[in-house]
Amino acid sequence: MQKVVKTALAALSFTAMAAVPALAADPIKIGSVLSATGPAAFLGDPEAKTLQLYVEKLNAAGGVAGRKLELVTYDDGSDAAKANGFAKRLIEDDKVDVILGGTTTGATMGMVPLVEKAEIPFISLAGAVVIVEPVKKWVFKTPHTDRMAAEKIFADMKKRGMTKLALLSETSGFGQSGRKETIASAAKAGIEIVADETYGPKDTDVTAQLTKIKGIAGAQAILVFGLGQGPAIVTKNIAQLGIKLPHYESHGVASEEYIKLSGAAAEGVRLPAAALIVADTLPANDPQKPVVTGYAKAYSGAFKAEVSTFGGHAYDALMIYVDAVKRAGTTDKAKVRDAIEATKGFVGTGGVVNMSATDHMGLDLSAFRMLEIKGGKWTLAD
Amino acid sequence: MSQFLQLLFSGLTVGATYALAALGFSMIYNASGVINFAQGEFIMLGGMVAAVLTAAGIPLPLAVLAAIVVVALVGLLVEKLAIEPARDADITSIIIITIGVSMIVRGVVEVTLGKGGRALPHFSGETPIAIGGATLLPQSLWVMAVTAVVVAALALFFGRTRVGKGILATAHNRLAAQLVGVDVKKVLLASFGLAAALGAVGGVLIAPIATTSYDAGLMLGLKGFVAATFGGLGSGVGAIAGGLLLGLIETMTAGYLSSSYKDAVPFVLVLVILVVRPRGLFGLGPSERV
Repeated sequence: MQKVVKTALAALSFTAMAAVPALAADPIKIGSVLSATGPAAFLGDPEAKTLQLYVEKLNAAGGVAGRKLELVTYDDGSDAAKANGFAKRLIEDDKVDVILGGTTTGATMGMVPLVEKAEIPFISLAGAVVIVEPVKKWVFKTPHTDRMAAEKIFADMKKRGMTKLALLSETSGFGQSGRKETIASAAKAGIEIVADETYGPKDTDVTAQLTKIKGIAGAQAILVFGLGQGPAIVTKNIAQLGIKLPHYESHGVASEEYIKLSGAAAEGVRLPAAALIVADTLPANDPQKPVVTGYAKAYSGAFKAEVSTFGGHAYDALMIYVDAVKRAGTTDKAKVRDAIEATKGFVGTGGVVNMSATDHMGLDLSAFRMLEIKGGKWTLAD
Repeated sequence: MSQFLQLLFSGLTVGATYALAALGFSMIYNASGVINFAQGEFIMLGGMVAAVLTAAGIPLPLAVLAAIVVVALVGLLVEKLAIEPARDADITSIIIITIGVSMIVRGVVEVTLGKGGRALPHFSGETPIAIGGATLLPQSLWVMAVTAVVVAALALFFGRTRVGKGILATAHNRLAAQLVGVDVKKVLLASFGLAAALGAVGGVLIAPIATTSYDAGLMLGLKGFVAATFGGLGSGVGAIAGGLLLGLIETMTAGYLSSSYKDAVPFVLVLVILVVRPRGLFGLGPSERV
């Protein structure tokens, strides 16, 4: 009996839908492949939460161009090899209008051939330069590159009258890509790399490498290129050995966790990072101020967690897509792609984005702020 | 000279943490012939529980004690729920079960305590002690001293007490031990509880230096296992020697050769030792039990 009623209801609603033609249009389908679990979860988890939060927010505000958004997310478990399969599913089964994600560079590069072939807009949340260099027609990215981090640090060193850098990089993908870019762009910036040491992401002690660096005459600053806990251990070891050289970190440690883990040893450490980290201390006339404070408030309010730049990359990607759809007035993939490429003056959490046919990231060095840790807090260094 | 001294201190600090991890492997291997791949998770769990408790405002000594008790209980639980039901399976199956247990523990901690890293306060301050131009953290002395105490206590336990001898006897010949009245079931249970407590001790000692997170046990477990095989599985002295040697070789390689070879050199050495002397440096008798 119950079954009959159900069928009848279903039939009714079906005819009702047919009677009201296309008023409630199909939702815009946003696909994403993120590393919400596994070793890269500290990146992917805030990204996934951000997408979920802002898709809800946009829908509550009436959707985009009169259509609701529908989010389809797959978790690759930090296994880059799985990202490709999920991208295929998003394209062929879910028939999404755009793909956001690829938390890591490996996952992103695994998806690139598929999206290029399927001709679907793709905005990556991963760092490496290779994603947008050479330019790929359908591929964009929101995070700053490691090359920009190196260049920002070099500029700061020059300003402080230093030219000789000791490099200590992590053997993780992030650290090694950073090492490569640092060494490659050092000569052009007039910086000499006087030490090139590495450490493992799970090492419990790095004093051996630091002892070696300490013994090198002429080193004027130390740059640590790594992610997560490793740099915190390095920072503590530097304090233990009494090394007084100016200490730079990469944008990979731009989170509260780094300060918490390193404690007093982090005092005076400098690093390039997005404005999001210092949202509260930005001057009121900063163009990014409303965006970053708004995002920081929404995120920490919804998840009771400290905001990180990584979630900000997901916010930027989603908003750049939404902005492009609005300008294009359609979700037609080719038109939206052209609109994304034509993004100009978009203010995101990562900086002001100006894309072009030759630049699918659209950020310049001004997107990075040089921060210094003072009294256990992030402060603007200049 | 001061560089050598510094590398020596670093090597001993790292080595002592490996040694503590290796002791746990030896403990369970002694009791059952099983290599417990969940040992690294016991270490992680010790550090994590203590860090969570201190962050919640509980005084450090109390938090450390509570962490050791909690982890020992987890060890007993693991034995009851995962190892005991499979006691008739062969050793390879039980080893695989321990790998499964390690994944479950890691997953549960990831979900309940979070993915972020945590730090524990140093036991007696962070001011480094300067000796001959090199520096040493007070916490490193804690690690080394406690490791020494634990080794001595274990030697007494296995050599002098009925329970300890019972454990050794069970490992050697289960049926014979049962025939002379050793409660074999209890022995295995006790050894898991003890190994877990031992892991927790290592975890809380290392956490101030190395910080900890839900996945910290993977690396510590691996290095501890290598150290234990290096020194000879089942031998307490071997575990210590293996751990310290591994730590020293790593830091000396990083300091004098290149940090790129730091992880490769010890593993190559272990391979060489296992070819030349399969039972490890201090292992006794042929290791037919594996």
